[in-house]
Amino acid sequence: MSNTLVITNLNVSIGDKPILKDFDLTIPKGEVHAIMGPNGTGKSTLAKALAGHPDYEITSGEALLDGESILDQEPDERSRSGLFMAFQYPMEIPGVTIANFIRAALNARLPEGEELNAPDYYKALYAKMDMLQIDRKFTSRAVNDGFSGGEKKRCEILQMAMLEPKYAVLDETDSGLDIDALKVVAEGVNNLRSENLGVLVITHYQRLLNYIVPDVVHVMYDGRIVKSGDKELAVELEEKGYDWVKELAGEPVA
Amino acid sequence: MPTSTSENATDEIQSAFNRHIEDLDTAPAWWKDSKAKAFETFASLEMPKRKDEAWRFATIKGLSLDSYAFAALPAISDAAKIVERSSFLEKCAGRFVFGDNETLQADRISPELAAKGVIWAPLREAIAKHSEILKDYFMKQEADLGSAKFAALHHAFLENGALLYVPKGVEIEDPFVVYNWSINAGVALFPHTLIVAEEFSKVKVVEANLSATEENAAYSCGVNHIFAGVGSSVDYTHLQNFNERTLGFQINSNIAGQDSNVKTISVNVGCQRYRSETHGQIKGSGSKVEMLSLAVADYEQEIDQRTLQTHSAPHAVSDLLFKNVLIDNAKTIFSGLIKVDPGAQQTDAYQTNRNLLLSNTAEANSLPGLEIDANDVKCSHGATTAQIEPEEVFYMKARGIPESGAQELIVYGFFEEVLERIDSEPLAENARRIIQEKFRKRLR
Repeated sequence: MSNTLVITNLNVSIGDKPILKDFDLTIPKGEVHAIMGPNGTGKSTLAKALAGHPDYEITSGEALLDGESILDQEPDERSRSGLFMAFQYPMEIPGVTIANFIRAALNARLPEGEELNAPDYYKALYAKMDMLQIDRKFTSRAVNDGFSGGEKKRCEILQMAMLEPKYAVLDETDSGLDIDALKVVAEGVNNLRSENLGVLVITHYQRLLNYIVPDVVHVMYDGRIVKSGDKELAVELEEKGYDWVKELAGEPVA
Repeated sequence: MPTSTSENATDEIQSAFNRHIEDLDTAPAWWKDSKAKAFETFASLEMPKRKDEAWRFATIKGLSLDSYAFAALPAISDAAKIVERSSFLEKCAGRFVFGDNETLQADRISPELAAKGVIWAPLREAIAKHSEILKDYFMKQEADLGSAKFAALHHAFLENGALLYVPKGVEIEDPFVVYNWSINAGVALFPHTLIVAEEFSKVKVVEANLSATEENAAYSCGVNHIFAGVGSSVDYTHLQNFNERTLGFQINSNIAGQDSNVKTISVNVGCQRYRSETHGQIKGSGSKVEMLSLAVADYEQEIDQRTLQTHSAPHAVSDLLFKNVLIDNAKTIFSGLIKVDPGAQQTDAYQTNRNLLLSNTAEANSLPGLEIDANDVKCSHGATTAQIEPEEVFYMKARGIPESGAQELIVYGFFEEVLERIDSEPLAENARRIIQEKFRKRLR
């Protein structure tokens, strides 16, 4: 139970529309899992529901983070428990600098009344920024405010690097990125791969998985995983197209 | 409780004024005369009424002055402590600490500045020593945004204040700092800061209006006047953090001479009810006037802001930005007018009011306005009122920041547009701290 993120029989609705249907997935620490699937199949719903977005109603199921149930926790508690989500569309926060934002997030993890030591914090921040090829002057820019797509995604990975989660869900981190930006982001994620981190990469395209090579690939359709395999599954899926997924799910193909 | 318009109350204020004049026995006759005239004006003007355009949306009830002491103040027992607390800026060119209208501490200017002719004096001293300046500049800008009666009250009862006179060509980097402390319960305060900047001078002034206690209710009616001469630069920051039992008025006006730069920044956090009036009188061509403000209002607080940008000279710029955060049942009013006279061609005038609501029961009123009689101008005005974006809060929570912390961060971010225009970092930091303390207090 410990050292795994275990999702069992998860059912999630938006309004009264069921999206995830008896969804099961186990991610051990140290592994990178990828979920692929056509649009509208529930990939982003999984990410949002895990992070605790209020619009996504969990009707039944369980999610255990190292044995601890997180579904009753507030989104901020889940984050402090060690779950991280890299957003597909990160929010802009005018007037709040990246440095202050990340510092607030780290301070929220300290006991009441304690604060980070500023020089140590900046040292750590700069080191991670160098790793992600983020210009130092970014620390004084407001979070995502006027950032390019690539900058936003690098900023997400920077936050992940600083918050040191146990499990990270990357929700379509490749969307809106050109190949150069994608390589930088992938390299950042690869640098963070470790025995102490489990990663779930959600993507629509196989391309990202050339750069973040997964240990396990899952194919998702209509709210559940219909096939799992090694990294070759992603290549096979790319070749056969998503109609194949429908076949796997036992649906007639037009 | 009788209202101030009743016979009784008028008599009481009249006798308080008589005592006030008696106490001024050594003051020059012109000073006493000007006060007597001001009292007449005060008595002749009516209290604001609900239907007055200049008081639209404002709470009129409770403006009565009956419960405040206008003279014979209790002694200040802890002056040393108050002075000690008056220290958020370490480096300053001069510092006055006033408490309940008394001078608790007067840090004078350096001999070098004195030799250059800079005058930095408590008003009590200035009426004897610098009457020629006061005769030209003291209370010489009309209160024309609705509070003429309160300006007259201020003039009649004022006991003290700060006079800063900067002669031609003198540039001073370190700020002058004025602290106005409200100490005893029931006291009426009349903070006054008069800044006269002659040609090509440069000066910065910070005024902090604060309460020594959380409980002692007081009344404050302050005036700030700035005269910015040709090519001069005046930077004035006003921090208002009276306790939440204080009724406050602040009547500010500046006259910008040719090619001058005037920047005024207000940070309003305190008071049960607070009304500020700010008039930027752009009288010199090529001048630039910035009028900035931020306010946080919570619980039942009311913050009422009236502004006027009068362009009577061409090629000038005025830029107004007022940002308010409202929590609980708080209420704010922003009513602003840009007025461009026929001769003021090539005016650039901007007026922006932005309100951020943190609750569904807060009320932000916005009345922006333009009155343009010149044909070659660039003017814009805009007002927005928005709630905190839930997706923004979710994003922050997803990083481990609790809801209250997320709201706070969003508020700081919202204010940053104003705070980053405070040139002095320690001063900006202090403004942030005052806002932060207000949020901390909510958690207690």
